[in-house]
Amino acid sequence: MTVTRTQTGDKEIVFNTRGITKVYQMGEVEVHALRGIDLELYGGEFVVLLGASGSGKSTLLNILGGLDVPTSGTVHYADHDLSTFRESVLTRYRREHVGFVFQFYNLIPSLTARENVALVTEISTNPLPPDEALKMVNLGDRADHFPAQMSGGEQQRVAIARAIAKRPDVLLCDEPTGALDIKTGIVVLEALARVNRELGTTTVVITHNVAIADMADRVIRLSDGRISGIEINSRKKLPAELSW
Amino acid sequence: MRALNHKLWRDLWHLRGQSMAIIAVMASGVACYLMFMSTLDSLLLSRDLYYNDNRFADIFVPIKRAPEAVARRLARIDGVDKVDTRVMAPLSIDIEGFHEPVVGTVTSIPDDGEALLNRLYLRAGRTIEAGRNDEIIISEAFAEAHDFRPGDSLHVIINGKRKRLRIVGTGGSPEFVHQLRPGGMFPDYERYGILWMGRTALSNAFDMQGAFNYAVLTLTRDANEQAVIDSIDDILKPYGGIGAFAREYQPSHRFLAQELEQLENLSGLFPIIFLGVAAFLLNVVVTRLVGTQREQIAALKAFGYSNLTVALHYLQMIMLIVLAGVLLGIIAGTWLGVMLSEIYVEYFRLPFLHFEMQPLRVIQSGLITFIAGLLGTLAAVRAAVRLKPAEAMRPESPAAYRTSFIEEIGLKHLLSAPSRMILRNLGHKPVKSLLTVLGIALAVGMLMTGRFQGDTINYMMDLHYGLSQRDDLAVGFVEPTTRSALTELQSLQGVEYGEPLRTVPARLRFEHREYRVYISAFEPGATIKRLVDSDLNIVELPRDGIVLNEYLAEEILGIKTGELLTVEILEGSMPIRRVPVAALIRQDLGVGAYMDLEALNRLMQEGDLISGAYLYIDDRYAQEIYQHLKERPRIVGSVIRTQEIESFHRTMDETMLFWTFVATLFSVVIAVGVVYNSARMTLTERSRELASLRVLGYTRGEISYILLGELALLTLAAMPPGLWFGRALCGYIATSIGNEMYRVPLVLEPATYAFAALVVLVAAAVSALLVRRRLDKLDLIEVLKTRE
Repeated sequence: MTVTRTQTGDKEIVFNTRGITKVYQMGEVEVHALRGIDLELYGGEFVVLLGASGSGKSTLLNILGGLDVPTSGTVHYADHDLSTFRESVLTRYRREHVGFVFQFYNLIPSLTARENVALVTEISTNPLPPDEALKMVNLGDRADHFPAQMSGGEQQRVAIARAIAKRPDVLLCDEPTGALDIKTGIVVLEALARVNRELGTTTVVITHNVAIADMADRVIRLSDGRISGIEINSRKKLPAELSW
Repeated sequence: MRALNHKLWRDLWHLRGQSMAIIAVMASGVACYLMFMSTLDSLLLSRDLYYNDNRFADIFVPIKRAPEAVARRLARIDGVDKVDTRVMAPLSIDIEGFHEPVVGTVTSIPDDGEALLNRLYLRAGRTIEAGRNDEIIISEAFAEAHDFRPGDSLHVIINGKRKRLRIVGTGGSPEFVHQLRPGGMFPDYERYGILWMGRTALSNAFDMQGAFNYAVLTLTRDANEQAVIDSIDDILKPYGGIGAFAREYQPSHRFLAQELEQLENLSGLFPIIFLGVAAFLLNVVVTRLVGTQREQIAALKAFGYSNLTVALHYLQMIMLIVLAGVLLGIIAGTWLGVMLSEIYVEYFRLPFLHFEMQPLRVIQSGLITFIAGLLGTLAAVRAAVRLKPAEAMRPESPAAYRTSFIEEIGLKHLLSAPSRMILRNLGHKPVKSLLTVLGIALAVGMLMTGRFQGDTINYMMDLHYGLSQRDDLAVGFVEPTTRSALTELQSLQGVEYGEPLRTVPARLRFEHREYRVYISAFEPGATIKRLVDSDLNIVELPRDGIVLNEYLAEEILGIKTGELLTVEILEGSMPIRRVPVAALIRQDLGVGAYMDLEALNRLMQEGDLISGAYLYIDDRYAQEIYQHLKERPRIVGSVIRTQEIESFHRTMDETMLFWTFVATLFSVVIAVGVVYNSARMTLTERSRELASLRVLGYTRGEISYILLGELALLTLAAMPPGLWFGRALCGYIATSIGNEMYRVPLVLEPATYAFAALVVLVAAAVSALLVRRRLDKLDLIEVLKTRE
């Protein structure tokens, strides 16, 4: 998939969504997860999507990541309309452009840290060497450990290393600290901040943890399937300065 | 408890694919067991009913000729219940439009109706009218082979005289269930006929007026069989008695008994394999189920459900599966049992089939299956019982993996991450992987049994008729005669070459064991008839002593080379001599005793006589030669090699085909059952991983590789042990079905190995594809939201 990016002023628009809705059929009940989202995400920015449980933030992230398609509306990644893509093209989109980090890490237990990263580098065209990706998350010395031999924080940092090793254009993180205590959570966030800073990867973190919003360039609040507010942080806090 | 029952049914519904696979394997085991057992029971029952209804004799007494009055002396022997005498005679049969030589045995029946013993069973037509000397009844098999009906006629040559006879009925008798010509290898209903004639008519034709040459007797309940036989032999010695024998040695009965024994030997083997596989599959499924339901079990216990209730809940599920398997197995087993019984009834030529499925057998099969099911799942159920609620509420700790053996020996860099996943997953559950390999291997092995019979029979045929018994035509004379008879035969147009032959009936004794055979004698250096040793080298016929085939020497007589064998000739002056066993030979078909022609004639003290000849003939002149033989009343027996082979093939074809069908069907059930279950299990266990990979950008094809690669590896790994196991299984079958009629060498064609491997590979591929479809429905979002 070749990409031509649109420049708006000095900011490059990576994602552009117009009026997206998502309706789930849950038995006989229709659940409106998204009720019309208009949104732009810019290259290299660190965005926190803030919202309570059920606000639609995960649905939005899944649509941006090509895991799901909207019921109506359009999602443009650069100049491509993701909402019209077939499953196989979405797979290629994920493979080439998107890095995912999940709340429960989703590492492959039968593979070591390095191999979990290699899982992604083996199928990408211009990846970081796995060891370099692990060094970026300060796990250079844990490369040969299996998930069962690592703490939750370490596992999540392996997941981040795995997500960034392909040099994705966008890094999508779903509650990356949700299963961690504050101390390890901050270490994980530091890893994300470093990737964003050093590789310039557009990073979207969804969370219900308000404190994390302080480290973002922009904070987008969602409630009941709609954007209820967008804030720009004039000064980003360092992860170490956060507390919750 | 209603809620728990709802859970039971829903769980079963959720596991329907796997449950069905297990049910199918169990049903196969039950069906296989019931098929064999019902066939065995039904055949025994049908045989015994036939024997009882038609008063099958206990003792058989062939003699040269005894006046009818002697029968009264036989009846007076202590332990004898009934005595019946008759005349039996060999004859040649001339059938219009059928050129090949046909021979037969004719037995008299009383002029005034039914025989006392070995009564006739009439299938069609009527019995012989008193006073008619041109009426016969023929055996049903012979009638079918030539499409004879009551009212048809045929010519016979009996005692050198040609006679036209009219068929008035068709039927059989318990002494001719298995109809084998004396000295023959296989039943050949086209060229060997059993006939019955009125006593007076036959006596006149065979010069036996007022006399008999065969007596049959039944014993009283408390009779001493051997004592009776000894008394009979004493009484009949002056009349040319050649030794009475018990039912055990009666050829037809003996064949039936041996074949049934063989069936019994095989009946236990296959059900055990099936139930073992079923127990393993149940184990895998239930263990996994209890694993995934940890939290549910904990919750149930937290609500106050007792350990017993929890155990019963899972046991109920297991028992439902077992019950379904048993029920299906009973239905399939009855169906297959009827089919197999019918094939065997046809094969044995029993006149009717009383099919019965004994309740005891059904109960046995059910019990064995329940026990197998319980044994397979005991550990899993115990794990559910032992689960502490608080502990179970926490998720299972992540599984610890290790690098695989292949990686540790330095091949790591050759493997992609997905390939490493496959290897480590297999190594992570070595027992399960091993049992899966074993299950698939069993299927491969079973498949080989389906084709083994065909392979080995072809080999036996090639060996026997290609290496040892190489005549185109074997000819027998009514009485031993001089060599001029051979010269005469050789002068016929189309006869290329001939070798003399003498066969004499004899009883061989060693220690307390004895056996009746025809001793065949020919000339050293003969090229038509040759003897081979166990390495298939030609054995030169020794000038002195007797040569036995290994089965006769080792299994029947228990005699070794160099030991002295007592040979009682049952012909002529009936000499008794002690003869050393000079050599043992390999002969897979029938039993055989061989001597140098000169040595035998010396032993007989009859001069240079022959009783038959082996001939090479030119096919183009076959018809003329047959015609010539028919016109020569001195010649009775003619075996045509190619037809003997064909007739044997016909006899075996149907049973073989049936077994190939059943074995293939059942093996496919096992292969699909094991592979499908294994694939479903892997899918359940790996769905989270596979979904994660999909999210990371792996395509369906790429994740299929991880799931199916594991199965492919297991299936391929199962091939070598499977083929080895198949060979061992066929070896076991070969040793357990050997009898006097044939010993089965272990011969397996490459095509059989290929067939077994291919069928299992295809079955595995189909099962894998069924599971592969589920990969497309993997819910990528759901799986990421939850902790396992």
